[in-house]
This record gives sequence, structure tokens and C-alpha cells, in this order.
Amino acid sequence: MLRRNLAFYLIFITTGFLVFSFSPSKAEDSQDPIKLTLHDWTGQLVTTNLMAEVLKKAGNNVELVQADYIAQFAGLKTGDLHVAMEIWETTGRDAMDEATATGNVENLGETGMMAIEEWWYPAYMKEKCPGLPNWEALNECAEAFSTPETAPKGRYVGGPVTWGGFDDERVEALELDYEVIHAGTDAALFAELESAYQRQAPVLLWVYSPHWAPSKYEGEWVEFPEYSAECYNDPSAGLNPDLAYDCGKPRGPIWKVAWSGVKDKWPGAHSIIQNFSINNEEMGAMISAIDLEGKKLEDVVMQWMSDNEDRWKAWIN
Amino acid sequence: MHAEHSTRTDVLLKKHPYAFIWTLLAMLTAVLMFLGKSEVRWAFKVPRELRLNLKSYISDFMDWLVNSADLGIFTFYELTRGISWMLEKPLDFTTGILATGLMSGEGSNAVQLTPPLSWLAVILVLVCLGRYARDWKLAIFVGCCFAYLALFGQWQSAMVTLSSILIAVPLGVFGGLVLGIMAHRWRLFEKFITPVLDLMQTVPVFAYLLPILFLFGFGPVAAMIATIIYAMPPMVRVTMLALRQVPDQLRDLGNMVGCTDYQMLRRILIPTAMPSLMVGVNQVIMLSLNMVIIASMIGAGGLGYDVLTALRRLDIGAGVESGLAIVVLAIALDRLSQALAKKRTKIRDSSDSQHFFVRYPYTCLCSLILVLITLIALVVPALQVYPESWSLTTGSFWDDLVKYININYFDELEAFKVFVLLNILVPLKRFLLALPWPMVIVAVALAGYQLGGARLALLTAVLSLFCAVVGLWDKSMITVYLCGISVLFAAALGIVLGIIAAENLRFGKMIEVVIDTLQTLPSFVYLMPVVMLFRVGDFAAMIAVIAYSIVPAIRYTLHGIRQVNPQLIEAGLVSGCTDWQILTKIKLKLALPQVMLGINQTVMLALSMLVITALVGTRDLGQEVYIALTKADTGKGIVAGLCVAFIAIITDRLITAAVDKSKKRLGLKQVN
Repeated sequence: MLRRNLAFYLIFITTGFLVFSFSPSKAEDSQDPIKLTLHDWTGQLVTTNLMAEVLKKAGNNVELVQADYIAQFAGLKTGDLHVAMEIWETTGRDAMDEATATGNVENLGETGMMAIEEWWYPAYMKEKCPGLPNWEALNECAEAFSTPETAPKGRYVGGPVTWGGFDDERVEALELDYEVIHAGTDAALFAELESAYQRQAPVLLWVYSPHWAPSKYEGEWVEFPEYSAECYNDPSAGLNPDLAYDCGKPRGPIWKVAWSGVKDKWPGAHSIIQNFSINNEEMGAMISAIDLEGKKLEDVVMQWMSDNEDRWKAWIN
Repeated sequence: MHAEHSTRTDVLLKKHPYAFIWTLLAMLTAVLMFLGKSEVRWAFKVPRELRLNLKSYISDFMDWLVNSADLGIFTFYELTRGISWMLEKPLDFTTGILATGLMSGEGSNAVQLTPPLSWLAVILVLVCLGRYARDWKLAIFVGCCFAYLALFGQWQSAMVTLSSILIAVPLGVFGGLVLGIMAHRWRLFEKFITPVLDLMQTVPVFAYLLPILFLFGFGPVAAMIATIIYAMPPMVRVTMLALRQVPDQLRDLGNMVGCTDYQMLRRILIPTAMPSLMVGVNQVIMLSLNMVIIASMIGAGGLGYDVLTALRRLDIGAGVESGLAIVVLAIALDRLSQALAKKRTKIRDSSDSQHFFVRYPYTCLCSLILVLITLIALVVPALQVYPESWSLTTGSFWDDLVKYININYFDELEAFKVFVLLNILVPLKRFLLALPWPMVIVAVALAGYQLGGARLALLTAVLSLFCAVVGLWDKSMITVYLCGISVLFAAALGIVLGIIAAENLRFGKMIEVVIDTLQTLPSFVYLMPVVMLFRVGDFAAMIAVIAYSIVPAIRYTLHGIRQVNPQLIEAGLVSGCTDWQILTKIKLKLALPQVMLGINQTVMLALSMLVITALVGTRDLGQEVYIALTKADTGKGIVAGLCVAFIAIITDRLITAAVDKSKKRLGLKQVN
């Protein structure tokens, strides 16, 4: 009895796979749901929900799935997941390149938003350190940015180790008297900022945009020597003749990526996703509306849809 | 003169052989440390020739498993996908019933066939279940717990979480039962499964999350499989133990009346072992709920996702509300399952010709409630979906509280933190990192030999050597430092609280509530406020580890003291002991083995918190596992995970051996 059941299941499973793998590709979009991934920051939720709404208007079937930012590439390669709307040049480039190199993942171009990531300080720190935002003022103010554990060096809270960013290298190359402390997550990073801001205490940390933090807190980015590819790759370029990374961080686009099968299975959706474009200001306003004014994400997304009907209609055609 | 000296050494050696060896070891270590890295480099950096590139082998194996492993008629990958397809159906069904309504079709084209169960109906059915399981008190308690979920607007997410628990728990229980029975039947299988269970319980979940994602696909099913792997081991252990404890007379009886193997199992072994088995069920439920946060990172949704997103936007209040919803759900399910476990099932006489609804009053009542409320809900939408306008919120209370503490007490907290950091944490970390690795391994092996003999010495030596040869020695030492110091504080504080709780009943009741909350509240909820008050770094990590791992230290101390034979205490009273003497000379001494077990559990929980503390930027093995996860590096994650597991196993074996020794000395009977 048990054996027969087992055999039945095995046949059942295998036929399931056969049917699935031999289904013919059609010119029209498949009515299977396109799975878009959701991560855990508001901006990405907005982008993805916008995309989903537009695809629905075009008659596609969509499904939103929660997945980790980097771990999702495993799913995109196998076709379990189909579209990821925000891969940041600054944090996701390596994972994206690795995935596209396999041929199973495709880069669908820029979202139109530019990622900014840099050292950031609250506006009240300018009183204690008038030379800012010029990076050369940082060493004069190292004491002001220090804590008992790091004194006399200043304390800079960097992003999680996984974000890269070359801050340890930057500190060495630019001879900054700072200690780089890596926060483990984005939440911990902004918990530090919130805590310091409440006390109007010194803080210097990695902030990125589009994010709610630059709208909620008043402050500025430190101005480092401008980024160039040579500065990162060639030690002799830049201020320090012996070391690379003697400049600021690159500012780069936020990319859209998809499973390579999307093109054949949903050709219509494929081109709509490629057309999708939105800018930092719009996004910043929507993020603030949600995180700071407490509006509902769905309402903000629907508002954008009704305000920008011409734009998304043009993406569909 | 010379001869006399040597005999004195002989005597010393005979009397305290270990003290002598330990001194020798310490001296040797001191010499090596004095010579320093420049002279004896091999003692501080594991030489390249000894390194084992295990992680790339594991990654390659994983690639092979996903891409080319073929089992004849289908590939391994298809098999795992088949399994996840089969698990998806029941999960979709329960989620449909409880949370989203049954759907036909996929994605945004799906049409709702039936609405989900009304919140009121679910609450009432659970109240009935509580009354059935024990009494009105439990019924009202469970009702209040679920009412919290509705009142604070957590209903929808809580039902998503509950539906995955409803599938994961039976599967975990069933799987555990089967493995336990197999281990009971075949000695060889038991020998094989025991170390596997150790690993399942100690390897951090993040380490095997990636392979699971690769094999089982993204989404709730993969999350559920991870949950089952994490929650099943106690069930296997409990099953093995419970079956072993079935009295021989009962087996003989079974043999005499001619039971087949199946009958023996079904009619004799399992019913007799039932009360113990239910303890396992209870553990599975609690552990499944512990996984809620991690499961939400790979697409399980529900309450865990709410906690994560709330804290991403630093909305501490919302995080606490969702976190408490997990606590409430866990406690309600725990109390219900415990009550059901204790309930004696009446043996029914099948010839009984009573009416159906007299025989099954609760089943009938529940069905009636369900049908009635579902029908009413069709007309009254407020019964269908809990209206938002009725929900409560703590609003900005929690955020304001943290802000208040932050603004008014930060300097005091900072002073305390700096003191502890500079005087305890940093020196200890430097010391451990400066120790030559061969000496540490020798010391661990020696401790193993002293406490448990040659076999234990070999085990501890091999396991610690593993951490060295895979090139994770420094990270392992940081792990030992962070966990060690946290366990020290947690044990000190926990034992004191346990003693007070044992002596003072009211305090004891209070602390039980606190312990239950600490155990089930996702640590992520208090991690962020801790970061706000103590900044990122080891200190914040330590506080979080202590908060989580203090629970068993308190619990076991409390139980240990309460279990002390009252006659012995009386004997102490009669012979004129003061209260203090009774506590220190009688109660604590006799409770020592229990307390040690508690500390053992504290160590295990501290190690399992490592992955969470990686989120505040520690530099230990937990961070290594976390980085491996985000970089999708299977091999790296598993190797680092194994190191964590080995540290846990070494500590566990050493403490268990020590407990056995002290039990023998105290003349207590061997437990287990």
C-alpha cells in the first residue's frame, strides 16, 4: 500500500515537471503570475508596487513575494523569482554581475534613480566643526566626533560589512584620524543616528539616498575628492600616490534585473519593465509621505498612478 | 637534597596530578606568548600547510547537487522541488482558511472563492478548545491572547504566521516521531542520528538557509522547511527517551497477547509514552515560533515581517506590538498544548448509544459557532475583517520611552558601558586572541580527559582543531569571548534571580511571566533600542545575548532548588542552621547539577544568538555566517556554522561530564 502510494507520488511529481518544462512558449504574455520581489526598505516597496500596478493595467498577472536583497539572486537564477526592481550599483553590483554572468539573469537597465552613499553628519555638527562639508576639516574635528572608546580618534559608523564601501581603505588612504565601526544592519545604523539626533550628540555615519533619513534629519554629506574609476583601481591616481580609494564613493544608478526567461514568457511585460523610469525627487517625496507622514503605501502608490497617467501609459505602448 | 626534592614532586604529582599538568601548560603558554609572533609564528597563525579548503568543496558539492545530481528517473533538484510543491498545497489551504480566503488562480488574477474565517469565530473556537482542554480559566486566557491580536491590528499577519505553524508543527512532530521510533528500533540508526541532531540544534539557521533556498525555492515553503529542521530535534530526542522509559512489563504483555510490531507501537508504546511525547510537541511549537523572524527573511511574511519592517523604519512601538503578538501567540499555543497533554482521554465504550452531540459536545458547539458566525459575517462585514477603527495602538509610547531614557540617562549608561568595556571586555578579548592556538587545543583536550576520559579528550581536541584548520581560529576565539562573557553575566544574574524566585513565591510568579516573554519575544525587538542606548558594538551585542540566554539560568536554578528533598532541609533546621547556611550548604549544593544544566542551556542559547548579534556588527562566527548568507556563499556559511556547532558541542560535553561527576560525588542518582 505504502509502496504504491510512493510510486504514485513519484509519477505525479515527474509528470508535473515534464508538463512544466515542455509547455510551449507563446508570443503573447503568459497568464502565469510574474513574481516581483519585495525587500525591507520603503523605497523598494514603492518602486515594486508601482511596477506591479502598471503591469496589472497592461493585463499581466503579478504576484509580490518577499525575499532577501542578496539571497534573491538564487531565486532569480532558477526562475523561482522573476523581477527585482532595485539593485543598487553601490551595494548590489557584485551580486548582480555574478548573476548576469551565469546567463540566467538579465539586467533590464536603470530605474532612473541615482543612489547616493557617503559619509553624513547632522547639521548641528557644523557649529562644532565649521570646516565641513569639506573632508579636510574631518581631521581637525576628530576629537569632536570621538567617543571614549575611540578617543582621540573620531568615530565613523559604516554600513554592514556586506555593503562593501571601502571605508577602512579610505580612512587609510586619506590619513583620516577615524575609526570605522561597522553596523551590522541598516536598522542598527539608523538607530545610532536617531539616538544621537535626539541628544544632539556628535555622529558621523554612512547615509544613503533615496531613503527617509535625509528627509527626516537635517544634515549634509561630507565632500570627498570626486570619485573616479582610476582612483579606486590605480594607487598612483588621486591625492595619495601610494594608495587607492583616496576619494569619495561612486554615485551610481539603481538597476532593474530579471530572470532571463521573462523575455520569452512575458515579452510585453519585459518591455514595460525596461521602460519604467522614475527619479529621486518623486521617490523621496513618496518615501517621506509613507515613513514620516504615516500615509498608507497603497494610497501613495495609487496617488502617483492617477497623477502620472500619461507616463505609465507611454511605458505600456 | 636532590632526591628529597624529587620525592616531593612525586607526592605532589600523585595528590594533584591535574594541578601539576595545568601549571605546566600555563607556563608553556606563557613562554610562547613571551616569545611572541615574531619568534614562533606557527603558534599564533595556523600554518598554511595545515589549512583545509573545506568551504570550496562544500560549495562545489552544492552546485553539483542543484545542477547535476541524478537519482535515475529524476534529479535531486526535481525531488526537492516536488517536495516543496507537495508542501505548498496544505500551506496554501490553511493560509486561505485563516488569512486570505481560499483563492482560485494565481497572482493578481486570483479570485477569492470563500472569505477567510471570521476573527470572532476563531476566537470563540479557541475559547471552546481552552474550556475543553482544562477549564474556564484557560479558556478566558486563550481568548484574551487572541483578542489582543485583533485589538492591536495584528490579526491578518498573526493568521499568516499561525497557518504556517499549523502545518510546520504536525510535520515536525510526525517527522520527529518517525525518526525517534527508527532510532529506538535500530541501534545503528540511533548512533547515526545522535550527532546529526546535535548539529541540527547547534548549526545556526542562517548557515543552511542558502542550500534550502537553492533546493526548495523561494517563499513560505522554504521558510517552513527551515523551521521544521530547526524545531524537530527535541521531538526526536523526546521520542527516543520516552520509548526507552516504557516499562518492560508492558512490552512483555504485548508479546504475550501476540501483538504485531505495528500493534505494539500503536497500542502499547505510543499510548504509554504519550505524556512525555507531548513535552516534545510543546518544544516543537515554541521553537517554530522562535523561527518566525528568520523565516520572514526568506519570504514567510506574517508577524516576523512586520517586526522587521517596523524596526527598519525605527518604529519601536510597532515593532514591540508585533513582537508581543508573537509572544502572545506562543504562550497561548503553549498553554493549550500543555493542557491537552495533561488531559486524560476517557476510554469510550463504542457500544455507548448516546446521541452524537452528547458524546462530542465541544465539536458540535464549535461547528455551530463557525457556521453561525460565518453566516452573520456575510451580512455584517465588521465580523469578517476586524475593522481598523476598532483597533488600539500604543502609539508613540515606546518610542517616547526610549527617547526619554536616551536623553536623560545616556551619560550614566555610557559611563557604565565604558567601564565594563575597558576593564572587562577589551582585556579579555585581547587575552583570548593572544593565546597560542595549539595550547588552547591541548587545554580543551586536557579538560576533556580530566572530566570524561580519553574519548571525550579526543572529541574535544578534534572539534577544536577543526576551527583552526578551516582558518577561522580568530573568529572562533572572538565567539568564545563574546559568548563566554555574556554567559558569565547571565549565569551570575540568573542564579541570583532563580534563588530569590525560589525563596519568594510572589516574585517567582512574576519572574515566570518575564521569562516566558523573554524567551518568545523576537530579540530583534529589543536589539534596536539597545543599539540606541549603547551604540553598535560588542556591548550592545552582549546585552542582547544576556537578555535571551538568562532564561534557562533562572529556570533551572528555580527548579533545582525547589526539587531539593525537604527532609534534608528539615535536618538542617533541626541541627540549627541559619537561613543562609541552609541556602548555601544544603539547597545550592544539592541543586548544583540542575544549575549546571541550566548554564549548559545558557551557553547553547548564547551561541544561537550569535547570528542575531551579527546584525549589530560583531566580528565573530555569527558575522561570518551572516556575510556568507548575503553573498550566497554556501560553503563559507556551512563551515562557519559548523565551527559554532563544534564550540557548542565541546561546551556541552564538558559541562555534562562535569555534572555527572558532581552528581556521583553528591550521591544523587543518575538522571537520563
